[in-house]
Amino acid sequence: MKINVNGQVREVAVAPDMPLLWVLRDELKVKGPKFGCGIAQCRACTVHLNGQPIPSCSLPVSAVGDAEITTIEGLGTPQQMSLVQQAWVDHQVAQCGYCQSGQIMTATALLTKNSNPSDDEIDTAMSANLCRCGTYPRIRAAIKTAAQNIRKENELKTEPIAAPEKIELALERDAS
Amino acid sequence: MSKLGTITRRTFLFGSIAIAGGVGFGYYKYKQPHENPLELDLADGDTALTPYVLINQDGISIIAPRAEMGQGVHTTLAALVAEELDLSLEQVKVIHGPPSAAYFNAAVLEEGIPFASIDTSALANTVRNFIHVPAKLAGLQITGGSSSIADAYEKMRVAGAAVRNVMIKTAAARLDVSATKLTTENGFVIATDGQSLSYLELAAAAATVEPDSELALKPNPQWKVLGKSQNRIDIPAKSTGTAEFGIDIDLPNMVYASIRVNPRLGGAMNSFNAEKAKAMQGVKKIVEIDNGVAVIASNTWYAFKAVNAIEFDWAQANYPADTAAHFKAVEDSFTSDNQDSQFRDDGDVDAALEIADEIVSAEYRVPYLPHAPLEPMNATAWFRDGKLDVWAGTQIPTQALKEAAAITDLDESNIKIHTTLMGGSFGRRLEMDFIIQTIKVAIEMPGAPVKLTWTREEDMTHDNYRPCGIARFKAVVGENGPSAIDLELAGGPVNASQMGRIGVPAVGPDISIIQGAWEQPYGVENFRVTGYRVKNDFPISSWRSVGSSQNGFFHESMIDEIAHAKRLDPLQMRINLMTHHPSRKVLEAVADMSDWGSELPQGHGRGIAYCLSFGVPSAEVIEVAIIDGKVKILKAFAAVDVGTALDPRNIEAQVLGGVNFGLAAAISGDINIKNGEVQETNFHQYRSMRFYQAPAVEVRILENGDKVRGIGEPGTPPAAPALANAIFAATGKRIRELPLSKHIGFV
Repeated sequence: MKINVNGQVREVAVAPDMPLLWVLRDELKVKGPKFGCGIAQCRACTVHLNGQPIPSCSLPVSAVGDAEITTIEGLGTPQQMSLVQQAWVDHQVAQCGYCQSGQIMTATALLTKNSNPSDDEIDTAMSANLCRCGTYPRIRAAIKTAAQNIRKENELKTEPIAAPEKIELALERDAS
Repeated sequence: MSKLGTITRRTFLFGSIAIAGGVGFGYYKYKQPHENPLELDLADGDTALTPYVLINQDGISIIAPRAEMGQGVHTTLAALVAEELDLSLEQVKVIHGPPSAAYFNAAVLEEGIPFASIDTSALANTVRNFIHVPAKLAGLQITGGSSSIADAYEKMRVAGAAVRNVMIKTAAARLDVSATKLTTENGFVIATDGQSLSYLELAAAAATVEPDSELALKPNPQWKVLGKSQNRIDIPAKSTGTAEFGIDIDLPNMVYASIRVNPRLGGAMNSFNAEKAKAMQGVKKIVEIDNGVAVIASNTWYAFKAVNAIEFDWAQANYPADTAAHFKAVEDSFTSDNQDSQFRDDGDVDAALEIADEIVSAEYRVPYLPHAPLEPMNATAWFRDGKLDVWAGTQIPTQALKEAAAITDLDESNIKIHTTLMGGSFGRRLEMDFIIQTIKVAIEMPGAPVKLTWTREEDMTHDNYRPCGIARFKAVVGENGPSAIDLELAGGPVNASQMGRIGVPAVGPDISIIQGAWEQPYGVENFRVTGYRVKNDFPISSWRSVGSSQNGFFHESMIDEIAHAKRLDPLQMRINLMTHHPSRKVLEAVADMSDWGSELPQGHGRGIAYCLSFGVPSAEVIEVAIIDGKVKILKAFAAVDVGTALDPRNIEAQVLGGVNFGLAAAISGDINIKNGEVQETNFHQYRSMRFYQAPAVEVRILENGDKVRGIGEPGTPPAAPALANAIFAATGKRIRELPLSKHIGFV
């Protein structure tokens, strides 16, 4: 079976019903997505499938097909963070940090579609992701800062870019 | 400038005694330092100047020997050392380091003594100092009780100052100038003529130099790192998926395991049938371990799946079979033969109740709670060639070492415990269960590193829980407030249960039963607090803020009822009763922040609660709105006094997290037992706070307290009562049982 993870096609030999999370973590050693519950209740395992945030703990790998999988590692690196990741650092969001990969993936998907979300829209998008440390207020603040910076960046471009390309932009930076 | 005497200095630093094969430091008598663990494992070119500073060609590493489970402790501990070395946090590497008695925690036991944390009487201080002796002799390296900062505040600054001192002395000799002419900056010792020598080049020679017998610590106004908000050292990695938690450990040829243990906690396994599991894809081995069975496979998911395919016959547990029976046991504990303590008995409560015309009374209940950190319990062990390595997120690495030695019969020198980052804990990782299991499984797979991961279901149902409890109070209330209070608290003994599991006998009264109630600094003429011990074998443990987690709710709901009984303002009444200055100031602060007393829209309400826990007075106001009969939490205000605020932005994070942790449990936290088994298995049943429910939290940090305090826990206790009191203010409905969602809906 072949899957496309962070722009790389990877060969995996596993049971077709193995959830994508465990293919990523134990087979491909992509450790950013976290195991928290196994039943899509905490979303620490969130990755993007063609830009959509999905709980990888509950998606059989055989259902992935040739969809593009993006994990937190595909957004940016400590040296070159995405705007969302940078906002997370600027607001000092993380405490234990275990849920934050999932939070950032969900927030990135939201801001890719909507770079000026209202509080209600943030509530709706983020409420599937659990944080036991209670960092929610700082997540909200970080999303607002990231949104502002994304709008600023978009304004600087002569032509507004469509949402999915933003992620590719981050990927290019990662590769450089 | 604070001066530290010779004995204090030598306690924490290096008394040099030459031993064969090198220079080892210290021996194990009190007043003398523990062995420096860094000395045991030095590579070529490494210099360990104290147990807290390791220098080699890669730079300077500070050892922050406490569990980083989200509270930012690695950053603040490193800042203590960096400050005295005139370094910024960007210039050092911070590591947890090896387990060692040298990293014993003296402050953690202070909470266990029968003196309030704010009691500064000579007797209280004597007992407090005395308790440091067994703490040191036990050499227990433990993170808990919000004690890390209080414990490290002096000793890690002294460690930094001593290293700076020997660097200067070495440089003075090398440059042939007086030490008084030298300063330090950015990792260099600098002379007045501009000559400079780096710490790195001085390190090896400095290791042979004795520090001065008296060292001066920097006075607070000269601080450049401490007292300022620092960027936490772990946050870039945690924001990019690159932080390595225990569950992320990866080793060559690793195998993956999971386990199922009797869900009737402590009960035996009668039999099991693993025929089906054995034949499943990816399964390598199935082994019987401690009342359960572990599956070793080529992928964690294969192990999960195979564990689920095993059929078990479980024996009964040795505690009541269902929730109702557990509460019945609590009800039955309010008897003199179950009395555990009565540390507060001011005035004559019985006489005051006897003559009162009117008595305000009520009964309150709280349920069992799980810790449920988001990273399920897991550990990795690698047993080969007479050696064992263990990677685990643990709050007691010295205990993990002890357990590992006992299981394997290996000498401790052949065992390495690697303490990893922890995806939350809230008290859960004080337990050894998952570490012991992992080591036992690894012994069955010699040569192969084994990572054992619990399913969420295993984690939720095999916790050691915050005990359920009941409080009963009677009060006599006059026009200005209470003249008599009789508060009775019944619950399980957390310290005895928890310490018992690591073989430390807990004798005498269990402070957890009354903590957060008996020591509250309200002046009431007749005031008695009695603790009753509930005895059963259901495993209980410290849950963020320990006894204050339930007693804060009991006590502050009671105080609110007392105020409302005579239509007194509940916040002003608290201020009037308060005998402790910093506590009065946090109440005044939170009144100011919340604009207490100002008019609110119809259907809104404000609740106030206060709790002194771990030496920190915390006051919180919560504002709610009732929307279609359901509660919406609008805003939370919290004022805390930490004595000295070492990192304001991180303190704010801990308080807002503590408030939300308390609110999460208050709204919906509930663990139930049926047939001896915990019924809530995952987050669809154990509901935690979601994003849309979390209020904005405004935090104010005060510094009126007498000494530096830790802040991991004190934000939690006032949250539940502040919310319940707000619901009363908005609806007139007094809810006397947690979780509140049993009695009112939330939006």
